[in-house]
Amino acid sequence: MAIAAKRREPDVSGHSNPQIAFAEVTLELGGKTIIENLSLGVRPGEFLCIVGASGCGKTTALRLAAGLYQPTSGKVNFDGQPMLHPRREIAIVFQDYGKALLPWRTAAGNVSLALEAGGMPAAERPARIEELLRTVGLPGHAGKYPAEMSGGMQQRLQIARCLAQEPKTLLMDEPFGALDAMTRQGLQDEVLALVAASGATVIFVTHDLDEAIYLGDRVIGLLPHPGRIGIELAVNLPRPRDQLSTREQPEFLRLRRQLFDFIKATEQ
Amino acid sequence: MTSDNAKEKAKALVLPVAVLLAFEAWARATHLQSDSLAPPSEIAMALAGAFADFSILAATRDTLFATFAGLAIGTVIGLALGIAFGISDTLNRLMEVTVEAIRPIPSIALLPIALIALGFGYRMEIVIVAFACVWPILILSRAAVRSIEPRLMEVARALRLPPAQRVWKIIIPAALPRIFVAFRLSAGIALIVAVTVEIAINPLGLGAGIMLAQQALRPDLMLAYLVWIGIIGYLLNIGLVVAQHRLFGRAALSGDSA
Repeated sequence: MAIAAKRREPDVSGHSNPQIAFAEVTLELGGKTIIENLSLGVRPGEFLCIVGASGCGKTTALRLAAGLYQPTSGKVNFDGQPMLHPRREIAIVFQDYGKALLPWRTAAGNVSLALEAGGMPAAERPARIEELLRTVGLPGHAGKYPAEMSGGMQQRLQIARCLAQEPKTLLMDEPFGALDAMTRQGLQDEVLALVAASGATVIFVTHDLDEAIYLGDRVIGLLPHPGRIGIELAVNLPRPRDQLSTREQPEFLRLRRQLFDFIKATEQ
Repeated sequence: MTSDNAKEKAKALVLPVAVLLAFEAWARATHLQSDSLAPPSEIAMALAGAFADFSILAATRDTLFATFAGLAIGTVIGLALGIAFGISDTLNRLMEVTVEAIRPIPSIALLPIALIALGFGYRMEIVIVAFACVWPILILSRAAVRSIEPRLMEVARALRLPPAQRVWKIIIPAALPRIFVAFRLSAGIALIVAVTVEIAINPLGLGAGIMLAQQALRPDLMLAYLVWIGIIGYLLNIGLVVAQHRLFGRAALSGDSA
């Protein structure tokens, strides 16, 4: 997959308006506090990774950012507007690609769904679908049904459908959690390239600490019960990143150590 | 494999054929004289005769017309209500008592009212068949809509699909395999109810044919009609099972012995 444009540098000055802003967000579900007093700003073009022990509310935080949940108190803003419902500028890549794709539609049909939702005229869709499938490395698979594709291919397809929304923000919920190590590394690099080309803001939830450091501009670790921020690390590793050399850098190893220590502490 | 299958099917036929032969032998040996029974050979002759003078074909046309018209109307109404109740919890709760109050009414109990309101003929029969078909379709399509993968509904929300497209592009295709099972169930019910209405009162179709044969003291013809209705019901189910197979593949048939 070719990197079409250089990645837009995230604004690290801290003065620009965040694209997504959590202001003292608390979420209670069924009488339980899942997220408590979470404040967080994500700058336009930033790649933010969220890690944490299971049950720490990282997926819930992502769903708040998506507008799929409404906070019990506090506010979630997108571009300064309150998030009262999901928005077309925000695309979500779910972990369970098998459930998120329409099994009765082909690959092309699944991508088409996002274009149909956006009101693109039928005549313009085929060219755009072909382009999107090529972008995610699925050219020639347009006529296949999800059940005929491997897990990696299905996740690529879901990413293609999200890209069809032309999102300003991409929310990814452990997107590679169910894939094997080789497929996962390949997709990590492809997502980095796609994001670099589009300049989209990303919130990426994962339980894989190495993955979080490898991908992110910033990594946030959540503490469980209730979910709140426990650690925040800026990742100052050069881009484009490389599966071998990036992971060998002292800075990478230092962050990895810090993050592992944090997770270990939360589990005690 | 195929020949094994054929052998198995042939084995299954042994018992019914033996029973028929035994019955035939018994009827001949005892010189059966009855208003309700007739030997298989006479039933077969009566069936052939009814085909020869087209009377059974005309009756079949009438019954199937009422069956399918009622089934179509009942399916459309049941599906619309089932999908609406499946989507909206509020609507479902509001309507639950009403539905549960009307549903247990045997469709055939509507006959006196339908007769006064609509008179003899197709219309009355179609209304009663439709009433009988609405409920299984409603209940099963409501359950089908509720059991749709929640992730798909979230995808629809995230894409901001308008409500009409949500129903048309997500809900109906996702629920369709189970809705089709409901349709198959209703098709069987529709035939039963149509014939029942004809036997009870409506002077058309196969049910009326049975009654006419009974009043003419022709047990052979009466039983010929009975056999023919059985064959129609069997073919109807086979046709729908094949359609289900073609449309939804093996998965749709699992846990559902046709």
